[in-house]
Amino acid sequence: MSVPHKVGTVKSKQATNVKAPVAKVVKAAGKKKDEEEATDTAEGEEWMPGKTLVKPPDQLDLTEEELNEEITRVLTANNPNAPQNVVRYGFKEGCYKPIIFVDQMAIHFELEGNLVHKESDEGRRLMAKQAEREEGTGAEKLDNVAKAGEKERKLTNQFNFNERASQTLNNPPRDISCQTEPPPRANFSATANQWEIYDFYVEELKRREKSKEKQEGQVLNKEEDKSKKKIIQAETQSDDITQLAHAAKIIERMVNQNIFDEVAQDFMYFEDAADEFRGEKGTLLPLWKLQYDKAKGLSVTALCWNPKYNDLFAVGLGSYEFTQEERGMLLFYTLKNSSYPEFIFNTTSGVMCVDIHEQLSYLVAVGLHDGCVAVYNLKKKSDQPVYNSTASSGKHRGAVMQVKWQKDDLDSNHNFISVSADGRVVSWTLVKHELVFTDIIKLPATDKVPDDLKDVIATAGTSLDFHKQKDYHFLVATEAGKIHKGSKYYSSKFLETYDAHFMTVSRVRWNPFHPNVFISCGWDWMVKIWDQTIKSPIFTFELKTSVTDVAWAPYSSTIFAAITNDGKSRDHA
Amino acid sequence: MAEVDETMKRLQNQKGVQGIIIVNAEGIPIKSTLDNASTVQYAGNIHQLLMKARGIVRDIDPQNDLTFLRIRSKKNEVMIAPDKDYFLIVIQNPTE
Repeated sequence: MSVPHKVGTVKSKQATNVKAPVAKVVKAAGKKKDEEEATDTAEGEEWMPGKTLVKPPDQLDLTEEELNEEITRVLTANNPNAPQNVVRYGFKEGCYKPIIFVDQMAIHFELEGNLVHKESDEGRRLMAKQAEREEGTGAEKLDNVAKAGEKERKLTNQFNFNERASQTLNNPPRDISCQTEPPPRANFSATANQWEIYDFYVEELKRREKSKEKQEGQVLNKEEDKSKKKIIQAETQSDDITQLAHAAKIIERMVNQNIFDEVAQDFMYFEDAADEFRGEKGTLLPLWKLQYDKAKGLSVTALCWNPKYNDLFAVGLGSYEFTQEERGMLLFYTLKNSSYPEFIFNTTSGVMCVDIHEQLSYLVAVGLHDGCVAVYNLKKKSDQPVYNSTASSGKHRGAVMQVKWQKDDLDSNHNFISVSADGRVVSWTLVKHELVFTDIIKLPATDKVPDDLKDVIATAGTSLDFHKQKDYHFLVATEAGKIHKGSKYYSSKFLETYDAHFMTVSRVRWNPFHPNVFISCGWDWMVKIWDQTIKSPIFTFELKTSVTDVAWAPYSSTIFAAITNDGKSRDHA
Repeated sequence: MAEVDETMKRLQNQKGVQGIIIVNAEGIPIKSTLDNASTVQYAGNIHQLLMKARGIVRDIDPQNDLTFLRIRSKKNEVMIAPDKDYFLIVIQNPTE
């Protein structure tokens, strides 16, 4: 068979290769073989006729056409294993660029040798070392070699192998543990309300203030400490019940309120429907009856309302029996507790008159039957008066009929004025701890007394009243039936004298609204209303019995009330 | 001491008062004019009520404090006046 000698073409007939791509080396080798085979077969065909084609059993069966097909194979120097589409990121353009030139070298075998060139640095060094070793260790070589051999022998000896092991003595382990005693525990619970916090702060403040005070007054404290100790001891002993005093008081008032509930209601809201029908007679409803056991036998001589606390009033108890010198009492009642007085003071003699200071409602001036005047301070717990006038300090020689507080004088000392049966009008000033008296005026004797006795026998003053606006003007009423108008600043003479009544004038009072009008009443059955500028009275009322007291209504300038010896009270308008 | 005793006597003699009990801060009755059983009952119950009432008043305004508590029932009226360490209970029959 003729074989076309086309370079690069291989007939598929002769091809022992499969059509699948094969390494080109093989192809190249294959080509050579073919050529050899071709020459061989060419040569063989000359002397060996009819060599049949040997077909391997797994060769593809192809048709004639397919066999005659010419397939072009190209031999290139490309490395088939080299990647063909390598792409690298180009930072300049910011995109991936394909790299065209790829390394086509394929390494088949690599061996790193340990041959060093004789004349290089390293080579020379090694040669020098070798020379040294050969000189020095000529003898040792043998030993080393022998040992190496022995060692090698030991290691490789598998039959005589011995293993020995040893262990150090292990100390027997012991467990030791200790536990501390747990701290004592106690359950604590408390509430922390807003008010508990507030209470605590208040106490803290008090403590701090006390410590400040202690620091400031340490010199005086020695004396005070002793008294404090006593007080503290007393407090701890009697701390069970005395603290209840306040609570007990409140309870008492509440109990009374319950009992006298109707009365309290009447006090506020009483409106008698019958008033419209009765005409002249009205109704006076008695509300409370205030009694005190120890005051039995004493007559009420004076009454005074407290200007600040509207339900508190003072009662002076004494006796009208001028011949007997009896004891007296000063009681304070409040309408809230009608069964028991709030304050009780015992006095040495009967109380004739009481007056409470307008501004300082705890100062009470009392005029006594024996001529003394006393001032009590309600804030202090003691039973004794704060001030007392004695025989030496100018007390009256007769019973004090009326006392009246004045405004504080220039030195802001409190003072009051009293009039008594000895005919003197005296002003008392409270200076520190003493009562200092100043005679204001002396009531002149009546005409009936002979001239030479005028200085001795005095006319008794019975009533005293000060003008509401011009408080230096005052009116004094006497037993002789005269009313004198005087001024605090003129001590020798009276401004005016009015012949008021034929008998003792028991009360004289200015009108609270009209500046010129005053009223007087006397034992001669008459009540007279005067204008201070006119000598004779404007109005005269005749009542059937001697009039003992008269008072203006506080809300109207034209109404007054009078009480008479027969126990009746009348209101006039 | 004597003052309080006197007040107690007067209270006892007032119209309609059935009993008076003084209780200390822990709720233990100290003095009483009633029999033991009633006293203990009153003291225990009222103590709790008083604490509650006081708490109410002070919670709303810590500067405020309870001064008085009154419970009026069909048959009688119980009045309680608390103090710093004690409180006083009075049972009264208000109507005649």
